[in-house]
Amino acid sequence: MTSFVSLLSRDMRLAFRAGGGAMLALAFFASVAALVPLGIGPDLRLLARIAGGVLWIATVLAGLLSLDRLFQADYEDGSLDLIALSPMPLEAASFAKIAAHWLTTGLPLTLLSPVLALMYGMPARGFAPLIASLLIGTPAVSAIGAVGASLTLSIRRGGLILPLIVLPLLAPAVIFGAGAVIGALDNLPNGALPLLAAFSFAALLLSPFAAAAAVRLNIGS
Amino acid sequence: MFAYANPKRFLDVSGPIVPWLATASAVSLGVGLYLGFTAPPDYQQGDTVRIMFIHVPAAWTAMMAYALMALSAAIGLINRHPLADVAAKTAAPLGALFTALALITGSLWGKPMWGAWWVWDARLTSFLLLLFLYLGYIALWNAIEDETRAARATAILAIVGAVNLPIIEFSVEWWSTLHQGESILRKGGPLIASVFLWPLAAMALGYTLLFFTLWIVRIRTEILNRRLRALQMGAA
Repeated sequence: MTSFVSLLSRDMRLAFRAGGGAMLALAFFASVAALVPLGIGPDLRLLARIAGGVLWIATVLAGLLSLDRLFQADYEDGSLDLIALSPMPLEAASFAKIAAHWLTTGLPLTLLSPVLALMYGMPARGFAPLIASLLIGTPAVSAIGAVGASLTLSIRRGGLILPLIVLPLLAPAVIFGAGAVIGALDNLPNGALPLLAAFSFAALLLSPFAAAAAVRLNIGS
Repeated sequence: MFAYANPKRFLDVSGPIVPWLATASAVSLGVGLYLGFTAPPDYQQGDTVRIMFIHVPAAWTAMMAYALMALSAAIGLINRHPLADVAAKTAAPLGALFTALALITGSLWGKPMWGAWWVWDARLTSFLLLLFLYLGYIALWNAIEDETRAARATAILAIVGAVNLPIIEFSVEWWSTLHQGESILRKGGPLIASVFLWPLAAMALGYTLLFFTLWIVRIRTEILNRRLRALQMGAA
């Protein structure tokens, strides 16, 4: 347990310090959200309607952008070998890294999202589902992203393959997340949030095993 | 099954089978096409209904290919068997090809039926995502140089994809009914008439046999390529 906590806090400190990129993911998230109105025009009615979907897509992209530091830096400087050699199971280490990624990316993005939704003119009834869906759904982004990051660990230009692998797998999160917001805007109750929670829970449960297996095969030999 | 998993024995056994499989595939595709062109036009869809005979079997084959690929990958990962790795690797481009074929023929069918080349219908969208899954799998194979390492990494991806695929299917289905509930057009007629059923069945058989023919040929090529590489390495 202590090694789990220390790995978690180490990863978080690394993410927030110079070169960590946690803040960069936030800035990327905001700039994607700012670019969309430039592309489709400043019609607030349209923007209010698509705010949930745009913010969800920006969240997934920002999550992807920061994935390469999840295992890559530790792989390059050799600390991943030490983590693998430690008595803590690699599955637990993967889970700690996923948690650290979520705390430094998913959670800040969730906290920033209401501000951007406000700029999109989203009606008040959409805010609670938006925040809830991001809070519930972003762990799945970190978890499934970790599988992709660990699979592409030994590839020199892994960052180019990572989105192709991860994005189709994240389609359910985007669908349920944005669907929860749209449902609330239309005053139609739909089961998006429970479905998103189920997806996220399953992803969190299974991903550490897949990520650990992938890390093992990449550091072995 | 594992008795034939030795690459040498696989080459010996599969060699004579290939021409027979290829002939059977050609015959049933020929019969299917003939029946398809001589079938009467549909009372609603007219002649465009004939696209079904090349579209629906392509979609079936594409899904079967993913299942076989993931199964081979899992066997390769669990039993550490090189032939299973080769089978998974060679199934992927075929699956991607059949997926693309299903998407293209679906698009050609969609234009006269729905009035648009592309509709964000649940099945079309999930097939597009299936194509991306295939492409990601192929890209990962090509990116990792070491063959055993590539085989294991892609096997993990194939299994993760196989677990996620039903969820993607379900979510896309949920999504398109959420927005607007059309696209029932394809499920239109209550029961498919037997004049359409026979050519469809013949084409489905033909596509399946074609897939297995190409798959076996690709596996054989890959085994021979690896053997050639090993010989070159030995000579160098």
